[in-house]
Amino acid sequence: MSLLEIKNLHASVNGNEILRGINLTVNAGEVHAIMGPNGSGKSTLAGVLAGREAYTVTDGQVLYKGNNLFDMVPEERAREGLFLAFQYPVEIPGVNNSYFLKESLNAIRKHKGLEQLDAIDFLALIKQKVKIVEMDESFLNRPVNEGFSGGEKKRNEIFHMAVLEPMLSILDETDSGLDIDALRIVSEGVNKLRSKENATIIVTHYQRLLNYIIPDVVHVMKDGRLVKSGGKELALELEDRGYDWVHEEAGQTV
Amino acid sequence: MQVINQNIKWYQSKFEAFEQSLNGAKSTSVHTIRRDAMHRFVELGFPTTRQEEWRFTNILPITTIEFQPILRYELNGVTKKDIQRYMLDNVLQLVFIDGMFSMELSNINSHPIGITAGSLTEMSREHPETIRSYINNMVMGEENAFTTLNTAFLWDGAFISVPRGIVLENPIQLLFVATDREKVYAAQPRNFIIAGIDSQFKIVETYVGLAKNTYLTNTVTEILLCDNSIVEHDKFQIEGINAYHIGTTHVQMNAASRYTSNVISLSGSIVRNNITARFNAESAECILNGLSLGSGMQLIDNHTVIDHAKPHCSSHELYKSILDGASKGVFNGKVFVRKDAQKTDAKQTNKTLLLSDEATMNTKPQLEIFADDVKCTHGATVGQLDDEQIFYLRSRGIDLNAARDILTSAFAGDVINRITIEPFRSQVERIIHDRLNNNHTSS
Ligand SMILES: Nc1ncnc2c1ncn2[C@@H]1O[C@H](COP(=O)(O)OP(=O)(O)OP(=O)(O)O)[C@@H](O)[C@H]1O
Ligand SMILES: [Mg+2]
Repeated sequence: MSLLEIKNLHASVNGNEILRGINLTVNAGEVHAIMGPNGSGKSTLAGVLAGREAYTVTDGQVLYKGNNLFDMVPEERAREGLFLAFQYPVEIPGVNNSYFLKESLNAIRKHKGLEQLDAIDFLALIKQKVKIVEMDESFLNRPVNEGFSGGEKKRNEIFHMAVLEPMLSILDETDSGLDIDALRIVSEGVNKLRSKENATIIVTHYQRLLNYIIPDVVHVMKDGRLVKSGGKELALELEDRGYDWVHEEAGQTV
Repeated sequence: MQVINQNIKWYQSKFEAFEQSLNGAKSTSVHTIRRDAMHRFVELGFPTTRQEEWRFTNILPITTIEFQPILRYELNGVTKKDIQRYMLDNVLQLVFIDGMFSMELSNINSHPIGITAGSLTEMSREHPETIRSYINNMVMGEENAFTTLNTAFLWDGAFISVPRGIVLENPIQLLFVATDREKVYAAQPRNFIIAGIDSQFKIVETYVGLAKNTYLTNTVTEILLCDNSIVEHDKFQIEGINAYHIGTTHVQMNAASRYTSNVISLSGSIVRNNITARFNAESAECILNGLSLGSGMQLIDNHTVIDHAKPHCSSHELYKSILDGASKGVFNGKVFVRKDAQKTDAKQTNKTLLLSDEATMNTKPQLEIFADDVKCTHGATVGQLDDEQIFYLRSRGIDLNAARDILTSAFAGDVINRITIEPFRSQVERIIHDRLNNNHTSS
């Protein structure tokens, strides 16, 4: 059974069809990259998978671990191991970063039938995880993302991911706005968390990231469809030639 | 001008009965003040929504119910256990039942040396002239039906005086408990708080309703801050759900004094808080914070007045409301900057979170500035919980209700975190948390 199976997915916003027949299968252990021009629907796909309410699914099916993903509310998806690193992480004034993560982790643990972590164990855990993204511990006690720089917000997303240990991570342009060092740190973080059991979908505009996180498959999204797929060399070609030359492959199978 | 149907005559007859019970004490100077106040009350009558200050606050039920003024102490079965939840440990505590001082429930063992603290009745017996000199001193020119009614029936309350140079480590708590009685009644405590030169202390004023029935709390607190004194004054209001609460606070600030007020209003069916703070001298600072939680049909109104009568003073104001159900909130913040009050720094913020479609907020900043070299800002926002924030929390496994709670508590925390009395702050946090949880289970 595949971890994620998307079949002919159509979704719209305010009556405008954005996703127009997505097919994608992701197996445990794999890393997929999705590239594509601005506005092609990459974040929409990520949002539909995470359960963002603004989108209406008009056709198609998504199976996550063999179950209908759309039967689950966003928090259930998260508890079942789905994680979205936001393209624009949300600022939450007044809510302490580590408090938020504790609530989050314990909700997921409760769902898994694991006991709640107490303050001491939790602190030990996050202090270890915060090192993975080389983030200063002071970020633990700041309000979630409030006043964080663009790059700090992205790092914080990967930090959350490291603590929550998801099965399927969708990283929506986590590399945008990162300086060279941060890019390396974030990629190393993702690589450290990579295992045979989990999978990652990376949405990116830059081939550069894929030098650090080697994808198994690279997909090109155009106008709400995945129009081409290939190995990591496809990313290089896209970087060279742009997207104009890519046309939908007949009988595309992914 | 009187409005028909108001119970003015009822209070007049109650006042006559009160006078008769006083016998010889009728001719004291304090009683002259009472009698004048009664006259003024009759002249003024209760306010109506036709008056600007009461436009959004319809107090019609208060003006038509015959509230029995309470003038005699009765324990009425209250035990320490009933109020444990609201008490602070090991601090000087004056407890009042329906506005009357309760020796048996108070804790005066923790009485710090050098300060005067006790019931107004007792103080009036021992130092009548001192008390007389304070009455209305601070209310000056700000009278309305409720303050005059309170003065007319002036009998008990708290008197706290912290002399020059004394710095108190522990807070003082005034705990006003309301009980159910046979007749609907009005509890009308009158409190005086005097901060001597260079003194520093914190005071918690808690109003708790053990009552399910309707009653009226009409309380007046007068505060004087002498030069260089620093006072934190936290008011925590959790009256009964059918209670009416009119709370008036008048503050006079002398040179370089600093007054901080945190007003937390959780309960009561009609609530009106009036705070008036006046700068008597330069370089003083006034901080007014407030948090109101409304649900059901509650009406919670906060009126504040900051009078920058002198130069080089600063005021900071943050009032927040969280309104659920069909509750109504009102905020009116007046800031006067007088002609001579140069270098005034005044900032006012009012933020409201509406948790339901039926809840409403009326907010009105009112800055009247007659000086030219000043810095005055104000801002008001009314909004709902942010969908994007809710989705972010949910996408990390937190369920919808918990997400709403976390965001609502964060909104409230902004005010609660300004309370610096630690055990008290946790108490407020806990009670608010329970309250927000309750809102879910009942909606
Ligand atoms: N809530 C919305 N209302 C209206 N249009 C929307 C909404 N959300 C997305 N769209 C539109 O859907 C299209 C796809 O947007 P999406 O964010 O998925 O693109 P993207 O591929 O992630 O682009 P980028 O590379 O710029 O991040 C865009 O044209 C966008 O304007
Ligand atoms: Mg995008």
